[in-house]
Amino acid sequence: MFWQKLIARIGTTAVTLIGVAVIVFVVIRVVPGNPVAMMLPPGATEADVARLTALYGLDKSIPAQFLIWVQGVLHGDFGTSITTRQPVLDLVLGRLPATLELSIMALVMAVAIGGTAALTGTRLRGTRAEGAIDVANGMALSVPDFLWGLALILLFGVLMPVFHISGRVTPSLELPFTTGFYLFESLFRLRFDLWADIVSHMLMPALALAIPLAAIIGQLLKQSLKETMHLDYVTLSRTKGYGENHVITREALPNAILPTLTLVGVQFTFLIGGTVIVERLFSYEGLGNMAIDAVINRDLPLIQGIVILFAVIFTAVNLVVDLLYTVLNPRLRHG
Amino acid sequence: MNLNRRSLLKLSAAGAALSLTGLPALAAIDELVIAYNVTLPSWDPTVGPSAVNPTIQGIYQSVFDQYILQQPDLSPAPGLLTEWGWNDDRTQVWMTVREGVKWHDGSDFTAEDVAWSLARVANPDTGSPIQFVWGTLKNHRVEGNKVIADVAQFDPTIFKWMYFLTGYVLPKAYYEKVGAEGFEAAPIGTGPYMVEKFERNAYVRLKANEAYWGGAPEFKTVTIKFVTDSAARVAEVESGNAHVTLEMPYEEYDRLKNGPLAGVATPVSDIGMIFLNDIDVMLDPNVRKAAALAIDKQTIIDRLLSGYGVAIDTLQTPEYEAYDPSIKVGYDPEKAKELLAASGYSPENPVKFKIQTTKGFKPKDYEMVQAIVGLWRKVGIEAEIEVYEIAKHYELRAADQLAPAAFYNWGNSVGDPTTSTGFAMFGPSPHSVWDGADLIEKIAPLWGEADEAKRIEGWKAVDRYIAENALVIPLLQYVQPILHAPGVKVVPHASGALLPHLMTRG
Repeated sequence: MFWQKLIARIGTTAVTLIGVAVIVFVVIRVVPGNPVAMMLPPGATEADVARLTALYGLDKSIPAQFLIWVQGVLHGDFGTSITTRQPVLDLVLGRLPATLELSIMALVMAVAIGGTAALTGTRLRGTRAEGAIDVANGMALSVPDFLWGLALILLFGVLMPVFHISGRVTPSLELPFTTGFYLFESLFRLRFDLWADIVSHMLMPALALAIPLAAIIGQLLKQSLKETMHLDYVTLSRTKGYGENHVITREALPNAILPTLTLVGVQFTFLIGGTVIVERLFSYEGLGNMAIDAVINRDLPLIQGIVILFAVIFTAVNLVVDLLYTVLNPRLRHG
Repeated sequence: MNLNRRSLLKLSAAGAALSLTGLPALAAIDELVIAYNVTLPSWDPTVGPSAVNPTIQGIYQSVFDQYILQQPDLSPAPGLLTEWGWNDDRTQVWMTVREGVKWHDGSDFTAEDVAWSLARVANPDTGSPIQFVWGTLKNHRVEGNKVIADVAQFDPTIFKWMYFLTGYVLPKAYYEKVGAEGFEAAPIGTGPYMVEKFERNAYVRLKANEAYWGGAPEFKTVTIKFVTDSAARVAEVESGNAHVTLEMPYEEYDRLKNGPLAGVATPVSDIGMIFLNDIDVMLDPNVRKAAALAIDKQTIIDRLLSGYGVAIDTLQTPEYEAYDPSIKVGYDPEKAKELLAASGYSPENPVKFKIQTTKGFKPKDYEMVQAIVGLWRKVGIEAEIEVYEIAKHYELRAADQLAPAAFYNWGNSVGDPTTSTGFAMFGPSPHSVWDGADLIEKIAPLWGEADEAKRIEGWKAVDRYIAENALVIPLLQYVQPILHAPGVKVVPHASGALLPHLMTRG
């Protein structure tokens, strides 16, 4: 039963990706903005326009261009970037680790902050502290991530310049890395000096991404905990003499966490989407930053590659969350 | 300064925090850090979209040399070519190549490199966007330390392109050995800096070329961080993370230049203008002239750009060769009303048309157009604003489908009239939207005019004709704001290129 569901889910995922590819391919070619028109300086003739249009394969019909692109993709060739003249696949895979590390760090921070807020709020329910946590949650939720980014830049970049506010690593450092996962690889290599530098660069953008998500997690988890705390089995555990901390973390939390887990999965994909603006703001060399450059320059093959990769990540995360939910929820696992 | 236990502890803590996070020290600038406003997509300065992006040229010029050097005031000077010119009947060009220059890999720079570089971009298969210029030369050959080429089509500006877009010399032997991909991964030039490390979208770290023919640069290591957000760029210099940055809101520039930072703001070769398309109501000269006369350029500059801008009346700025200060289009709203009345329009019965503009592409572009529309309304012009992306502008302009009025900016860092008035106003050019036969007749003979003085005078006459008939509305020359740490002396370049090798300690 589980495996049948899994295969069906993978099938629908594949169809989704094909749909995304078709839509993106068509949309970016019909929206205004011709990359050749942007490239040509004053004085170029019609012949120059035609020559460069043909050079980048834009002289063919959209279906013909799509067919060529699909044939390339089937051979692992996602085309060549117009602006960088590098293979698209190399470019997006080269930037993917930076965005994944940033997103994961933001998620971990969001779960830690949001989880702590929810547990503390539940533990201190009915007190002024709970009200303060609710107010902080509301504030965190009402400000978008890029504004948190600007605030953090001003606070920890200008007023108290203790963290880096641009880039991913200090340029003067020699990097021994063989993968793009600098944060993880520096740990594996026990290069804590590099790790500290990387964390110092990632902390601000990750926090900007994490704050709104932490608020969502905190709010939902606290609500779930509140509801769970009134259930009979929780009351029973209290009557057995367990302390409030035990009741909350050991009895109520395992049940209350399920809706939050689903939400975290969905929000994680939004969080990756949020990296586009935040990476730009912090000049962080991830996929999002590259996506903005690609759009500005109308680098059609690169836009296509980045969107496809984002779509793959989104669908993969949703798939994993669904599976995880099935595994964690006994009613679904056996039903 | 009184040092007590408490202040010592504070200093120690601050020092420890800084050393932990690796932030650059403010006091001694050993490594110059520049927060740059654009990223560098490609290292080949001769092909692709990056090659024609004016903002990137400063990075290219740090690593590569152009055929001819352009000085900060836009005038040419001997560079890799020490002398150049045409033969008497203009059928050949000759260029004398500087001797004793080395590529960054230590190999000798030769005349072969120059001939190969010119032939490469003249070849349509290379994909040079400026092939239409380089293709006017053919049969490039080397004679000693001279390069000779035949003139396929006479272009009086060919040597000016040698210090303009794509006018860079690349290493023949190295490029042929490593190929385009290898060159992209490890570019070398003859310029003042060598590429030490490059992270796309993040930074480039440059090392001084001690053997540079123009003298070794003062800062031995330069890191150019690509910080595209202006607020983040300002934060970078304000926090001491970077020593130099450019292109920030003028209000921020004013706030910081007299505070912890120093600043320099000078006019650059970039202008704001309104294209007029010869369609609909723009076919009426009274409407065009009224639209031009109703704009108070200086007030717009003062109010919206904090005074940072130079009002212009032709497409030439004061630094350009064909600049003629006697050509004036004043602010005269009463005259504008008279002209409109002659065509049957008034504030009660306004002439209506659309004006297109970008929003945020250039400083206060949308706000300027809003102000202009307000001024027009007072004299009897009702313009509807349409906001579009710059990419859309290029597409519409190439297809001659711009609205009757369209705001745009035009760069011309060689200062030649062909690359401003010429390309912007010559009907057959895909970048012009004014197709009047009278103007085409006036401009056409100037493209091949061999007598330089006559050519420049010819362009001045064209500019006068354009101003008198209001065929375009020039607005202002932009000023580029640069903020820098007090310990750095920055020499601004009128082309807008921010050049680290012109920076010194001071």
